[in-house]
Amino acid sequence: MPKVHDRGGWPNDDPIDHDEHEMEEWERQVDALNGVLGDKGLKNTDQLRRAIESLDLKTYESLAYYEKWTAAMEMLLVEQGVMTKQEIDAKMSSMQQEQK
Amino acid sequence: MRIRVGVPPTHFRTPEYIQGKQGRIDTLWGAFPNPESLAYGGDGLPAQPLYQVEFTQSDLWSDYQGSSDDKLLIDIYEHWLEPI
Repeated sequence: MPKVHDRGGWPNDDPIDHDEHEMEEWERQVDALNGVLGDKGLKNTDQLRRAIESLDLKTYESLAYYEKWTAAMEMLLVEQGVMTKQEIDAKMSSMQQEQK
Repeated sequence: MRIRVGVPPTHFRTPEYIQGKQGRIDTLWGAFPNPESLAYGGDGLPAQPLYQVEFTQSDLWSDYQGSSDDKLLIDIYEHWLEPI
């Protein structure tokens, strides 16, 4: 059984979606953050790929492209001790409170 | 040459659909740090020669419907190649 990323898509009869779309602001921010983390030596492309590949099948299939990057960057920053999962979760819940 | 078969639990960049298949070396691109080491924060050394390898599509897919001349060109590191 190949790993989840080991292909361009599961074979089926669905037509390929060729629609182009403008990048959304959050996607640009993820891309920029990825560049900054790379410049600071906190991650490289192969580490990002390795982290994305480690997502379980259900998560991998449910996340959009830059959401996978985000999940992988979180994984790598926690792994390297830059921030903890608790700090990230606390920030997320305080941001969700502010939005209410 | 033939592509080595193996699915390490670690990061690698040799898709399973070409593993065990026979191909032809088309181009040597040079030597590059090994991504299987870089992916875990290693230095990637020694650098691994990277080749562009050519496969016939119908050798890869048993139900391939396209032309028998169709090729796949894919970059593979030397440690995944074995002589026939």
